Amino acid sequence: MAEDLLRMEGIVKIYSNGVVANNGVDFSVKAGEIHALVGENGAGKTTLMKILFGIEEATSGNLLLNGLRETIKSPIDAIQKGLGMVHQHFMLIESMTVAENIVLGMEPETGLLLNQKKILSDARNIIEKYNFPINPQDRIRDLPTGTRQKVEILKALFRNARILILDEPTSVLTPQETTELFEQLKTLKNLGHTIIFISHKLNEIKEICDRITIMRNAATVGVYEVAKISQQEISSLMVGKDIDLNLNKTPARPGETALRVRDLVVTDINKRRLLESVSFRLRRGEILGIVGVEGNGQRELVESITGLRKPEGGKVELWGKDLTSLSIKGIRRLGLAHIPQDRMSKGAALTSSIKENLISVAYDSPELSRGPLLNLKKIDRWCRDLIRDYQIKASSPEVPVKMLSGGNIQKVVVAREFSGDLGCIIADQPTRGIDVGAASFIHHKLLALRDSGAAILLISADLSEVMELSDSLLVMFGGRLAAYFESLSSVTEEELGLYMLGLKRQSDEEIKRCSA
Amino acid sequence: MKDPGQNKISLENRFEALRFFCAIGIAILLSFVIIILVSREPFTALRNLFLGPLSSMRRFGNVVELAITLTFSGLAVAVMFSANQFNMGAEGSFYAAGAVAAMTALGLPLPPVIHPLFAILLGGLTGAVICAIPALLKAKWGASELVSSLMLNYVFFYFTRYFCNTVFKDPDSGYVSTYLLPLTAKLPRIIGGTRIHLGLFIVIAVTLLTVIFIKRTRWGYALIQTGRSPGFAGYSGINTSWVLIYSQLLGGFIAGVGGSVEVLGMYDRFQWQNLPGYGFDGVIVAILARNRPAWVPVAAFLLSYIRIGADRMSTATDVTSEMIAIIQGIIIMLVAAQAFMSRQRQKMLIKEIRSHG
Amino acid sequence: MADIFHYIFAVDFAYSALRVTTPILFAAIASVVAERSGASNIALEGIMLFAALFGAIGSGLTGSLLWGFLAALGGGLVIALLLAYFGLFLKTDIILAGIALNTLATGGTVFLMFAIIGDKGSTTSLISRSFPRIDIPLIRSIPVLGPIISGQNTLTYLAFITVFLVWALLFKTRLGLRMRAVGENAEAAASVGISIKRTKFTALIISGLLAATGGAFLSMGYMSGFTRNMVSGRGFIALAAAAMGQLSPLPTLLASLVFGFFDALSNILAAMRIPDEFVKIIPYLATVAGLVIFSALQVWRLKGKRAEALKAQGKEEKSGA
Repeated sequence: MAEDLLRMEGIVKIYSNGVVANNGVDFSVKAGEIHALVGENGAGKTTLMKILFGIEEATSGNLLLNGLRETIKSPIDAIQKGLGMVHQHFMLIESMTVAENIVLGMEPETGLLLNQKKILSDARNIIEKYNFPINPQDRIRDLPTGTRQKVEILKALFRNARILILDEPTSVLTPQETTELFEQLKTLKNLGHTIIFISHKLNEIKEICDRITIMRNAATVGVYEVAKISQQEISSLMVGKDIDLNLNKTPARPGETALRVRDLVVTDINKRRLLESVSFRLRRGEILGIVGVEGNGQRELVESITGLRKPEGGKVELWGKDLTSLSIKGIRRLGLAHIPQDRMSKGAALTSSIKENLISVAYDSPELSRGPLLNLKKIDRWCRDLIRDYQIKASSPEVPVKMLSGGNIQKVVVAREFSGDLGCIIADQPTRGIDVGAASFIHHKLLALRDSGAAILLISADLSEVMELSDSLLVMFGGRLAAYFESLSSVTEEELGLYMLGLKRQSDEEIKRCSA
Repeated sequence: MKDPGQNKISLENRFEALRFFCAIGIAILLSFVIIILVSREPFTALRNLFLGPLSSMRRFGNVVELAITLTFSGLAVAVMFSANQFNMGAEGSFYAAGAVAAMTALGLPLPPVIHPLFAILLGGLTGAVICAIPALLKAKWGASELVSSLMLNYVFFYFTRYFCNTVFKDPDSGYVSTYLLPLTAKLPRIIGGTRIHLGLFIVIAVTLLTVIFIKRTRWGYALIQTGRSPGFAGYSGINTSWVLIYSQLLGGFIAGVGGSVEVLGMYDRFQWQNLPGYGFDGVIVAILARNRPAWVPVAAFLLSYIRIGADRMSTATDVTSEMIAIIQGIIIMLVAAQAFMSRQRQKMLIKEIRSHG
Repeated sequence: MADIFHYIFAVDFAYSALRVTTPILFAAIASVVAERSGASNIALEGIMLFAALFGAIGSGLTGSLLWGFLAALGGGLVIALLLAYFGLFLKTDIILAGIALNTLATGGTVFLMFAIIGDKGSTTSLISRSFPRIDIPLIRSIPVLGPIISGQNTLTYLAFITVFLVWALLFKTRLGLRMRAVGENAEAAASVGISIKRTKFTALIISGLLAATGGAFLSMGYMSGFTRNMVSGRGFIALAAAAMGQLSPLPTLLASLVFGFFDALSNILAAMRIPDEFVKIIPYLATVAGLVIFSALQVWRLKGKRAEALKAQGKEEKSGA
């Protein structure tokens, strides 16, 4: 094959908080291929791509495009050099239309004013050229996730991107939407585009990628032809050591009902119903999984149970007591723990120390305080114990949490939430975006707590995580329960996908079994 | 890789200190430039500005007297800002509390000791109420506390001034003021040759109590966490609306005590016809002290020193004391500037990481 | 009491309400521009102060209205540039920077006034120029409305034109589209090559020039000359007006008019035998009241919408079943 289209050599990046995200990374891509970039979260993939796209500046290292030394100073520079990026979190202005989003940054003008007609026709042309089913006059906020992603891809194509970077594009999609995306990517490849595909889903990589670069611990481990390497080999190269992925799960022994949700209704201010009479029960000693495409009511469900939001109708009962009229403190006192989805703005206060983060739930308990005063000695001992037990890697309890890696921050959250007298745990995306080691640690903890009689509700976008951990499973679609599986032995991911997309729905009787 | 976090912390502290002194250095340099530009006697002006406060016991006394006042307002603002509320109500609290203390002194005949204590308490409560209103408006309806507190400052200022200028006005005084404050209510002077008054002990006590409140109590913990991350605090079960209110109540109370102590310690009559500006000075002090109560007295002393120096300069030379407002503005912005000297910080960091492998 | 109503419904009153609305309107529109791009301009007060001082001194020293106006714009621009530099480049919290600049301007104007003309109170020793009033021939002869609208200061007309211009800027131009994009989702705007700093910088400069024009009106129209602290909280009243106008130009104009009304009311009552304190309190009290009522209405409307949604769905369910 010809010369590399793109080459990055010896890339080093040290962030201002001291994190070394890239430490001498080499990466190259050939024209017309779909190239996978894999690695654990925190391995440095995203940083590398941010440097490539001019969002971050490398501390040192070289970049070659078509064999020529280049520096990419900004995203616009990257765009002009033929790069396009589809971010994991979409970069769209929600109040504006599809057309406005597509042309943003290179808007046509007539005189001093915007040329509204040309904005629309430009958008129409590009949509028709690639045959995407989108109306350019729709506002982004009214569009589903899959369509938003298409707008993102169109944005890059409109800017004549020859190299497309897709950052974990399938993490927000259903299996069916993923298939559709892959068809489009293959078409793009045939049209001569080069694609960098960031993922940690190995089966997807096997399906559409030509070559693969594996990163670990801020450096490149190797580059391989996808056809010549097995998923097991990729996995062990990514992790570097064999982590005990086998959970040794024993069958659940469900006990009495802990949490009961009855006819829960949540609406938003625009008359939209986000949750529609959701009912189920959760027993001690079981893990009940909830899956669904993001935005189908899972967030509202969790917020209603944990007291972050007052539902418009229905009840949530823990040990028979209604939670909807209690404060968050009151709910937590009943023994409810909550690992929130949003680690950075809810789960942890980044500028506060590990210690301050660990005590935020229990600081006013008789154990840690005396009257109005904090018992600093006991707090210190309690924190040191938790840091040790949960293997949080930090030199002292006084270190601000923002200095820690994602996995260690999540361990702080988990340590705090699991430290009280537990009856019921709401675990919302407990391992999203953290390294395999920390994730496995948390998985084992969850199972141990289940075996000691805790009732656990597990909400996750990672199907394999839910399938591995859960004893029974609920699928949500459009704010309603779409399916209930009492055991997971006969369920496949493909089948779940049909329910998640709303293409299939169990009968009301079948679903009702979950609240029996 | 030994103790990476520890190194980062000490590095962070060292860097903050460095940045603070650089900001002060730039400000001093700037005042040099301004004075040399506008003055016909720049060296006299500079000498008075930087050494004037040390030229006599009385003047150094002035520094301490003003530092007492600024410590009160600095603590008040530091507590309120710690909850991440841009509440400027300390200004109104200071004035209104001073007026209420004066009216209490004039209107309620009480025995010594109890008289000032009661007046200060009433002043403190006045301040608390004034600062809590913007927080309530914010918590209940989301009205911007910055705007509402600034507007309410004027409202309470005019409202209390009305009573001082009518009911309690002394028609025989040569200027607009209240009657003479009774001696039973006044705070006695404690150091001869200066006007330093008993308020010095009150401010030391209030500072210690505030430090303990923030660092050692459950409420202080809840307050700091709410200020840093309301999402985190609320999710953890902290009642953030209540935190918002009690933090502003407390800050307002401290400002109110400050205003009362100022009036009872420094004046024979209540004579403020305009907002005194001490509440806004509190913002400067709090920012210099990075909202840490233990640092507030230091910052207050610094600001007070430079203010008295500026007054000396203004009486002795042709440079007005208002020049200092420019210097203050620049210092605050530099001290609060995240990216100020960030390149030095990055260099220090990279060196640190490289040397530790 | 009857007297008051007599005054309020007089043509003079409406005329003076428009006049006192002018500086608030300029500043409120300035806030809209800044806030839409995601950069809060709390320094409006300081910008107006500097502009008012520079306008008075500039026109006084040169004897030229144009130079005075340019000096005013330059003075306001100094503060706006400082705000932009610290807020955007040195990453000072932009609210803190605004607060700092307001205190800087309060003392700084007095310092400069003394340094330049040797007076600490006002610039009365200088004869500064003012913007002329304009009689509009046809409109002047309309009964009632004519005398209200015609004969206002040049800058008053400019203020109302500015509302329209800013609307066009925000919604009809490339710069406006980019400012709104940056204000709504800065990261997304940056990802298509829009410079966040440059966009916010531009917005702050435009905002500064608008507020400076408001400041110029104070010393070169509303009054003739500068007196210390002459802005007296108008910058903050404008912030409230912009918030009430939900950062849209036309509603902001309406909110500014409301505050102008109360300002004018306070001016009228000053002529009657009501204690000075209670007269001066009016605009500030009105601002707090306005802010609270508006915010409360908003909360209430959201709640109402939610209840309505529930009801609507209830109906759907019934009809479905």
